[in-house]
Amino acid sequence: MAITTTIVPTAGPVAGSRSFLSRLREGDEIARMITFLFAASVVLVTVLLVFELWQGSVLARHKFGFNFFHTSVWDPIFEQFGALPFIYGTLVTAAVALLIAVPLGIGAAIFLAELAPARVSDTLEFFIDLLAAVPSVIYGVLGVFIIVPLMRQYVHPALKHSLGFLPLFQGPAYGVGFLTAGIVLAIMVIPYIISVSREVLLSVPRDQREAALSLGATRWESTWKVVVPFARAGIFGSIFLALARALGETMAVTMVIGNTPTISASLLSPGYSIAAVIANEFTEATGELHTQSLIELGLVLFILTFLLNGFARLLIVATSKRGSGARA
Amino acid sequence: MQASVRPALTVNLPPIATSASARETPEALAMRMTISKLDFFYGPKQTLFDVSMGIAVNKVTSLIGPSGCGKSTLLRTLNRMYETIRGARLRGEILLDGHSILAQDVTALRRRVGMVFQRPNPFPKSIFDNVAYGLKVNGSKVPISDAVEKSLRHSALWDEVKDHLHKSAYELSGGQQQRLCIARALAVEPEVLLLDEPCSALDPISTAKIEELLVQLKDICTITIVTHNMQQAARVSDFTAFLLTGQLIEFSPTPQLFTTPGDPRTEAYITGRFG
Repeated sequence: MAITTTIVPTAGPVAGSRSFLSRLREGDEIARMITFLFAASVVLVTVLLVFELWQGSVLARHKFGFNFFHTSVWDPIFEQFGALPFIYGTLVTAAVALLIAVPLGIGAAIFLAELAPARVSDTLEFFIDLLAAVPSVIYGVLGVFIIVPLMRQYVHPALKHSLGFLPLFQGPAYGVGFLTAGIVLAIMVIPYIISVSREVLLSVPRDQREAALSLGATRWESTWKVVVPFARAGIFGSIFLALARALGETMAVTMVIGNTPTISASLLSPGYSIAAVIANEFTEATGELHTQSLIELGLVLFILTFLLNGFARLLIVATSKRGSGARA
Repeated sequence: MQASVRPALTVNLPPIATSASARETPEALAMRMTISKLDFFYGPKQTLFDVSMGIAVNKVTSLIGPSGCGKSTLLRTLNRMYETIRGARLRGEILLDGHSILAQDVTALRRRVGMVFQRPNPFPKSIFDNVAYGLKVNGSKVPISDAVEKSLRHSALWDEVKDHLHKSAYELSGGQQQRLCIARALAVEPEVLLLDEPCSALDPISTAKIEELLVQLKDICTITIVTHNMQQAARVSDFTAFLLTGQLIEFSPTPQLFTTPGDPRTEAYITGRFG
């Protein structure tokens, strides 16, 4: 009897160290494996995507090599394909969109988070979330029926009249083009910037605001010099979300950009974007080289997005180090 | 206005003349701030009832009482910080050097009545920029670096940080951060410094340093401190006000309040029967 009673306690700690099987039985190990699987699937999908794009564009890559990136002829009949006009159109429209959307979006977010009464802020937030959920083809329709005629009749002539000496605003007024696509994109991405920035601004600790106010800062000084800098990392995050959306947007851009593979300094001239050309030509591409070139364009868009996002992250890290440690 | 304040003070402090600290009679002391018949409301809910008291020049006045008694609210009326809360309003009069604070420009008032908060809240900037913030906002007359050094010396932080003024304030310990916040408040040379439970997030050693500092700072400004720690009030303050459910129960010289409280509720609180 004495022996058995001494053996039982020593057996306890062994069971207590929790073997793989016992953790499996208690569910911890199962939960860990399942959630790991879910997380790993993200990586798997990304790798598969790149692999497919790489494999699918092998002919085009061998035929054009590096020339693909810096030639601007896109001729399915003579099977000459260069990506430059599409890369240019994608970057220019995204840049125009951000140029418009960033100040508007951040300004609106500051108003909603800092100045508006809570009820107004919450009501507007509902509409903003609604806007973010509108399908892009609807924005395209809005662009075709409202923005394009407006641009052709009023905005283009006015710009040419006042700023026509700049190379940015020259050439005939078609209504469609880089500027129109940029404006439609801006309308689409503003809700993202407002929504995320507002949330970030609202999460700035109350005592940061009060510290500034208690030193004799005005409300605007405390907002602009303390609250906004504190929220800087999150606001940048909202901008990059908007950038990613602008680079990849397909439908709305296709409807208003003009679908002409040209490189022109003028924002009024029609252009083309990577996503738009893939959408327009993929179903009609007959030649193998044509299809593969379109797939390579997809790869280019992927790399472009990847590089810009990486650059954006670096920017956040660099500026928050210099600003000595905002980890908002 | 003085006429309406005096009776309130004499009602609250009848035994002063006979107590051990007889030299500190309210008549002998100049008041930096006077609060009279102050009622305070958050929306429909009244949180302060008919509070009248004075904040004596170059003294430490502490506000004590159980949680929710209104001591922080009272403190936040003194620099009108309550205005940041929607639906908050007050009735009554608060004077700073004889002039109503409600009639003044609020940013000018807050430059004269500085504040230190419950949790250390440095800006995510360098140590130097934290102290310089108020000077820059207010357009300093003296060179900023001189003023920053002076404030850091006043807050007893200079020797610890003088070699790395451009490091992030977040690299300091909690106690150092709180002293940095005191330096930041002192940089604009306020006449009154309000402290809202400044040690509640700090360890005992940091707390002791701040208490020591407060006693030294009396020479350059008038101090009002909210604390839930009665020993702290007893250690640092010259006058103590005890609040309960929005009412000022007793306002006396500190030694008197803690040794011979004039109200049974004060006695119950300081002997630990509630709160």
